[in-house]
Amino acid sequence: MTEQVQKDENKKLILRLIAVIGGMFLFAFALVPLYNVFCDITGINGKTRGQALYEKVKIDKERIITVEFLTNINRGMPWEFKSMVKSIEVHPGELNEVRFYAKNRSKFDIIGQSVPSVSPGEAALYLNKTECFCFDQQRLNAGEEIEMPMKFYLDTDIPEDITRLTLSYQLFNITESVNIEAVATK
Amino acid sequence: MSDHHPTGITRWLYTTNHKDIGSMYLWFSFIMFLIGGAMAMVIRAELYQPGLQFVQPEFFNQMTTMHGLIMVFGAVMPSMVGLANWLIPMMIGAPDMALPRMNNWSFWILPFAFTLLLSSFLMEGGAPNFGWTFYAPLSTTYGPPSTDFFILGVHMMGISSIMGAINVIVTVFNMRAPGMTLMKMPLFVWTWLITAFLLIMVMPVLAGTVTMMLTDRHFGTSFFDAAGGGDPVMFQHIFWFFGHPEVYIMILPAFGVVSEIIPAFSRKKLFGYSSMVYATASIALLSFIVWAHHMFAVGMPVAGELFFMIATMLIAVPTGVKVFNWVATMWQGSLTFETPMLFSIAFVILFTIGGFSGVMLAMAPVDFQYHDTYFVVAHFHYVLFPGAIFGTTAAVYYWLPKWTGKMYNETSGKIHFWLSMIFVNLTFFPMHFSGLAGMPRRIPDYNMMFADFNMWASIGAFGLGLTQVYFLVTIIMAIRGGKKADEKQWDGATGLEWDALPSPAPYHTFSTPPKVD
Amino acid sequence: MAIRRKLIAGIASSLSIMLSGAVQAVAEMNMRPGVTETSIEAYELHMLVVWVMVAISFVVFGAMFYSFIFHRKSKHPTPATFSHSTKMEIIWTTIPVLILIYLTIPAVSLLIKMEDASDPEMSIQITGSQWKWHYKYMDQDIEFFSNLATPREQFEDFNADGQTKGENYLLEVDNEMVIPINTKVRFLVTAEDVIHSWWVPEIAVKKDAIPGFINETWTNIPTPGTYRGQCTELCGKDHGFMPIVVKAVSKENFAKWVASKDAERLAAEEAAAVAVAASWDLDKLMALGKTAYDAKCAMCHQVDGSGVAGAFPALKGSVIATGPVAAHMTMVVDGSTGGMQAFGKQLSDAELAAVITYERNAWGNNTGDTVTPADIQAFKAGN
Repeated sequence: MTEQVQKDENKKLILRLIAVIGGMFLFAFALVPLYNVFCDITGINGKTRGQALYEKVKIDKERIITVEFLTNINRGMPWEFKSMVKSIEVHPGELNEVRFYAKNRSKFDIIGQSVPSVSPGEAALYLNKTECFCFDQQRLNAGEEIEMPMKFYLDTDIPEDITRLTLSYQLFNITESVNIEAVATK
Repeated sequence: MSDHHPTGITRWLYTTNHKDIGSMYLWFSFIMFLIGGAMAMVIRAELYQPGLQFVQPEFFNQMTTMHGLIMVFGAVMPSMVGLANWLIPMMIGAPDMALPRMNNWSFWILPFAFTLLLSSFLMEGGAPNFGWTFYAPLSTTYGPPSTDFFILGVHMMGISSIMGAINVIVTVFNMRAPGMTLMKMPLFVWTWLITAFLLIMVMPVLAGTVTMMLTDRHFGTSFFDAAGGGDPVMFQHIFWFFGHPEVYIMILPAFGVVSEIIPAFSRKKLFGYSSMVYATASIALLSFIVWAHHMFAVGMPVAGELFFMIATMLIAVPTGVKVFNWVATMWQGSLTFETPMLFSIAFVILFTIGGFSGVMLAMAPVDFQYHDTYFVVAHFHYVLFPGAIFGTTAAVYYWLPKWTGKMYNETSGKIHFWLSMIFVNLTFFPMHFSGLAGMPRRIPDYNMMFADFNMWASIGAFGLGLTQVYFLVTIIMAIRGGKKADEKQWDGATGLEWDALPSPAPYHTFSTPPKVD
Repeated sequence: MAIRRKLIAGIASSLSIMLSGAVQAVAEMNMRPGVTETSIEAYELHMLVVWVMVAISFVVFGAMFYSFIFHRKSKHPTPATFSHSTKMEIIWTTIPVLILIYLTIPAVSLLIKMEDASDPEMSIQITGSQWKWHYKYMDQDIEFFSNLATPREQFEDFNADGQTKGENYLLEVDNEMVIPINTKVRFLVTAEDVIHSWWVPEIAVKKDAIPGFINETWTNIPTPGTYRGQCTELCGKDHGFMPIVVKAVSKENFAKWVASKDAERLAAEEAAAVAVAASWDLDKLMALGKTAYDAKCAMCHQVDGSGVAGAFPALKGSVIATGPVAAHMTMVVDGSTGGMQAFGKQLSDAELAAVITYERNAWGNNTGDTVTPADIQAFKAGN
C-alpha cells in the first residue's frame, strides 16, 4: 500500500467512525423521546398520558376498582395542596370527577406544576384523564386559593388483577424556571 | 540510526511516537492511581472504626466521588490506552499508530482534564460529592458549583478516549503487516479492537448525558427534572447504558493481557483462540442490553426486571468460556511462575470470584438485599483491582524487558505480588461480609456490628497502598539499573514483538513491515 | 475415671462454646434470613447461589491447582500441543447454561411474589427527604417524621472525645414506624428532594424513593420485633445518618399505639394553642430558639451561623436573616428548591417562631425583630 492510498483509506475509516460517534451522541438525546414512547407503551414509569377524550363506552358494572389520591409537596413549595377525597370506588368505563384544593400561603405569586404518577405503573396505561390541572402550570397569587377539578375514566380492558390504583400528584415550585409574565398574559 | 530520538521536554510535548505516548499514558495513569489511592486511604482511615475521626461527611462524599472518577477515568482507562499504544503497532507489525498527531492530542488533553477536575477541591462547596455515578437530581438541582467543572472534565476525557479508540481501530484495520490477518492477531489486539468499538459507541452517550445535565443546570431544560416533565430515572437508564459497557471497556484489554501471558508461561498455545475472540465479542454485545440490572430497586415492572436479570446472567456464559480456556491453556502445559504469570493467575482466580458475586447480583430478588451495600463494593473492586489493575501490572512486568531492555528484580516482583495478593483480599473480601450484614455503601460512619470487617478492610487497604509504592520502586530500580534483558526474555513468549525485535525495542520499529506467515 | 469424665465434659463444653462462637461469627458474616416469607426465600436463594458458586469454584480452581502442581515445568517439561477441542468447548458452554436455568427458576417465582403488592390491608406512604423519613398512615390519621436519634456527641469523634456508642448506634430513630403483625402492609415510596432508598434487610424490602414518582412495595411480618435499616442511595451529606426502624407489634398493641398517637396529636394541638395565647418576649424566644437551632439547624449552618461555603449559606449577616420577615418565614417553613429543607411540619409553631427570632438576632444580626407562634400560625394559614 502506498502512503497516499493508506492516507485515503484512513480518512475513509475515520469519517465512518466519526459518523458513528456523532450518531451515538445524538442517540443519547434520542433516548429521551424514545424512553417516553417506551414508557407510554409499557407504563414502565407510571407516568400518565396527556388529555384523553371520553367516549361513551359500556360501563363495566361488575368490577369495582379503588382509586386513591395522594398529594405531595416538593421542597420549596409554600402551597397547601390536597385532594378533597382520599379515595373513590369506580367502575371501569365510567367518567368520574374528583376535586383538589390548593392555596398559596405565601406572600409571593407562585407558579406550580403538579406531576402525576401512578402505581402500579401498568395501571397508567388504562387511566385516561379528560381534564386535569396537571396538564397546565398553575399560577396562584399570594394568598389565593383554588379548587381544581380532575376528570378521568378507566379503560374497560384494565387487567383483572388490578383492583386498586394510586394516583399521586407531586407539586413543584417552578416559578424560577418560567417567566411569570409569560403565563400571566396567556 | 533508527534509535535516534529528540531530547528534552519538547520530545514529550510534541512527540508522535507511539512508544513515547504509551509511556506517558502509563506514567500518567500511575500518578492518577496514586492520587486516587490516596483518596481511598482517607476513606479507609475514616472507616477504620465507628465514629467520625478524620473528615466530615461532606468531605467523605467528595472522597468517594473523586476516588471513583479518578480510578475509572484517570487510572484504569489511560493505563489500557498506554498498553495499546506500546503494543498494538509492535504486535501487528506497524511502524506506528495510524494517526500519530491525534495520538499526541488525545494524551495531552488528559492532564488538563484531571487538573480541572482536581482543582474543584479548591472551589467553594468543594469537589463533586454525588458519587461517580452522579445520579440526578443530586448532581443537577442539588449539585455543588464544581459540577460544571466536572462536566467539562468528563467532556475532555471523553474526547481523549474517543480519539484513542479511533486510533486503535484505524491502526488495526489499515496498518497490519502483510499476512497479519484478523484471525492471526494476538488476542490483546482483538480485545482492544472490541474495546475501541465499545468506546466509540458509549463515550458519546456519556457526553450526551453530561450535556443534558449542563443544560438542566443552566439553560432551563428539564431532561431529568420531574417538575418540567423530565424523569430522574431516565438519567439512570442513560447513564448505565454508558456505564455497563464501560466496565467491559476497563476489563477486556486485561483479558487480552492475560491471554498473552498465560500461554507464554505455560509454554503452550492459547486454548481456543477463536472461541476467545467470539466470547469477547459476545460479552461486548451483551453489555448493551443489561444496563438496568444496576437499577432493580427503582421500581421497574416485573417484565423488565426479568429481562435484565436473564440477559445479565447470560453474560456468565461467554465469561465462563474465557476462564475455562485459560485453565485449559495451563492444563498439561509446562508451567513456571514468574511475576507476570503470578499476577495473571491471581487475575483469573480473583476475577472469577468477582464474577461469582456478579451472578449473585444479577438475580433480581436477592439483589434487593445486595443492592447499594458493601457487597456491591466488594464485587466491583474484585473485578477492577485484581482484574483491570492486576492485568495492567502483569503486562508491565511482562513487557518491561521489551520496552526498556532492562529486567526487573524477580524477587522484588514476587514480593510485590504476594503482598498485593494478601492485601487485596484482606481489603476487599471482608466487604462481602459487611455488605451481607447490611452495611450500605458510601456512608462515613456505621454501627458497631460492621466494625470488625471495616477494621480488616482498612488494614488491608493501607498495606495495599504501600505495596503499590513498592511497585513504583521496583520499576524505577529496573529501569535505572536492571539487568540487561534478552531479545526474547521469556522462552515461551510468542508474537512479533518478541520474535522480530531486539530489547529494548528501537525508537522506530517496522519501518519496513515484517513478513508474517 | 472422674477426671477423664470431667476432662471430656470440659472439652465438650469448650468445643460447644467455640462452635456456637463460630456459628455466631458465620451468622454475622452472612445475610440474615430475616422474618418475612419473602426475606426467608431470598435468603434461601442466596444460599443456593452461594453453594452453586462454591461448587463451581472447586471444579475450576481445582483444575487450576492440579495444573500448578503436576504440570509445572519441573514435573512436566514437555508441554502438550493441543490448542482446541470442540467437544470440551460445547460442554463448558452448555453446563453453565443449565446451571443458570436451574438458578433462574426459583428467582423468577420469588421475584413475581415480591412484586405483587395487590390486596393490602393497610397502606403507609413513605417520603424520603434530606435526611430523614416521613411516614403517613393512609388509613389512620397519623403522620410523623422519623429522625436519627443517636446524639451527635456519639459520632463526633474528631478529638477522641466521642461518647460511648450505644448498641443501636446510628440505627435508632425518634419515631419508629409501627405496624401490626400478620397484616399485608403496602408502602408507597416517594421523595421530596433527591433520590433515597428505603431498605430494611430483615424484611427484604428495598425501594428507591424518587421525587415526582411513586413506587409500591409491601411486607407482611409474622413476628413482633424491631427491625432496623438504612437509606441505601447516596442522597447528600447525611446519607449515612438517616436510619429506618420498623416495629412490628400485635394487632391489639397497634390499636393502642394508634390511640396514643391520636392523643399525642391532640396534646400537640393544645400546646400550640397555649403557645399562641402565651406572651412571648425576645429573651424567651431566643432561649428556645437557641435550643432548637442547635438541634436542627446547626448541622448545616453551624452553631455560629457561619455556614459552609458553597454548600450551606451563612446566616450571619445574610439577606434572608436580616431582610423581610416574610421571606425568612417562607424559607424556614417551606424550604427552597435545590436548597433549604422545609421545616414547617418538623418543628412546632413555637419552635419555628423561636428559631426565626434567634436567627434574626443572634451573631450580630441584631434586627430586633420578634416572631411569635401566633405569627407562624397566621403565616401557615396564609393570612
